[in-house]
Amino acid sequence: MAMQGAVRTERASRALDILRIRRDFPLLGQTIRGKPLVYLDNAATSQKPTSVVDCISRFYSSENANIHRGVYQLSERATAAYEAARCKAQRFLGAKSASEIVFVRGTTEAINLVANSYGRSVFRAGDEVVISGMEHHSNIVPWQLLCESLGANLRVVPLDASGTLLMDEYERCLGPRTKLVALVHVSNSLGTINPVKELVAKAKERGAAVLLDGAQAAPHMPIDVQDIGCDFYAISGHKMFGPTGIGILYGREELLKAMPPYQGGGEMIRTVTFEGTTFAPPPSRFEAGTPHIAGAVGLGAAIGYMDGIGWELIQGQEAALLEYALTQLQTVPGLRIIGSAESRAGVVSFIMEGVHAHDIGTIVDQEGVAIRTGHHCTQPVMDFFGVPATARASFAFYNTIEEVDVLIGALRKARKVFG
Amino acid sequence: MAELGDLYQQVILDHNRSPRNFRVMEDAQRVAIGDNPLCGDKIKVYLKLDGDVIEEVSFHGSGCAISQASASLMTTAVLGRTADAANELFRMFHDMVTDPGQGEPNRKALGKLVAFAGVREFPARVKCANLAWHTLHAALDQQAEPISTE
Repeated sequence: MAMQGAVRTERASRALDILRIRRDFPLLGQTIRGKPLVYLDNAATSQKPTSVVDCISRFYSSENANIHRGVYQLSERATAAYEAARCKAQRFLGAKSASEIVFVRGTTEAINLVANSYGRSVFRAGDEVVISGMEHHSNIVPWQLLCESLGANLRVVPLDASGTLLMDEYERCLGPRTKLVALVHVSNSLGTINPVKELVAKAKERGAAVLLDGAQAAPHMPIDVQDIGCDFYAISGHKMFGPTGIGILYGREELLKAMPPYQGGGEMIRTVTFEGTTFAPPPSRFEAGTPHIAGAVGLGAAIGYMDGIGWELIQGQEAALLEYALTQLQTVPGLRIIGSAESRAGVVSFIMEGVHAHDIGTIVDQEGVAIRTGHHCTQPVMDFFGVPATARASFAFYNTIEEVDVLIGALRKARKVFG
Repeated sequence: MAELGDLYQQVILDHNRSPRNFRVMEDAQRVAIGDNPLCGDKIKVYLKLDGDVIEEVSFHGSGCAISQASASLMTTAVLGRTADAANELFRMFHDMVTDPGQGEPNRKALGKLVAFAGVREFPARVKCANLAWHTLHAALDQQAEPISTE
């Protein structure tokens, strides 16, 4: 009894913390179609706390200048703010050095950068890229383009019926021609958390480089790229409470140093003459043109905000939401959850017998509930499970148990409309 | 404010549950494909023509309730009409579901198709309602490429 009481107290105290935290996100307080907004599409993009919005506003109001060129004080301040964000990103990902942090537009650009720079310099005809059956299109298409242009081959590690990567199949896919393994850390459509440390170790045994797509991992769990042992790690700012249009590519220093530029332009050069150009060292080599300075600064503020909340609360709340949602969803008649991996994040895909995902999306929207419907940029996952589309609820720490109840109520309504 | 009942009218739910003229037509003279891959809506429209008149029409495929019911009701509405009359009905249907300034739809001309008048309040779903009609148009026009309303 004492134990149960302690659990209840912990829950109640967390609920209070969450209500306080929600005040940091003004957007969450609005009504949609006359109902309180229930935002459950965090895997698509997260909402932004006031501190991030204010930080961007402050940057443009008082610090804005181009970076790395002006000798005047304002430019020095802007440069300092931009580089301070790089240091925050370095600590956030556990990178050895800030020069291993390249600012990009997002995870998609980070992967394209690696495919075009590392890929084109290392791959020869007949070499292989290994990906998995649960990749987002952004971790499929860049490799297809690379393979097509160089005559390289794409190998795909299959999943089991729960949406878990088949480890023995993975090992079979790793061969003497495997130059790079590109895997998602957390699946955006199934919620599966891949055992990245083990996957990296097996690739390393065979001498392959490893890129991890961490877009869905970074908002939900601490990342330590040195502990994981990967060569590249890609994340998007907007999925972790930061602005859109900014992301991070972590690249191991030795690799970045050896890689040719991705785009040419200002900022990434050392000297330019019409006879030839020498390039700046990383990370500047990969940041051609004026970068998204305010975005990087805003992302730094988002990291600061997450630090302030702390992983204990973030992970505690998300685990509680996931457990409750999984239990409650199963009580809705005709509802089937797609993806049941043992290790999973707060992303739940589901279908309802006789009701198309888009009809579910429209009906729950009437109750103020925002969920994603469609293929979630993972068409091969949809094909594997034999469904045209799913509905997907994805949680962040600012969601509440009561919001899960609203979702369940809205789904029951959808069930009723369609009989 | 748009109500759910405006979109999911009984006639739409009924045609979604039991679509009319839902079959593959092996000996069709005209076939066209409508494909909205982002939605996961995909249908084929089959036609047999007698001169300019739609003598037989059927569809097959899968998708959301709006796209399926729209295809079903469309087949019942265009059967026996000339290609020109079917295209004219398409124009009226299209105006009804896309243009908020349309006011009251022409109930006499549109018949049961007025069930889709509520779609205009749900802009994200207009492409679902229109898919079958664009596909019919492509079949009448003998377009070989799959069409999309996304």
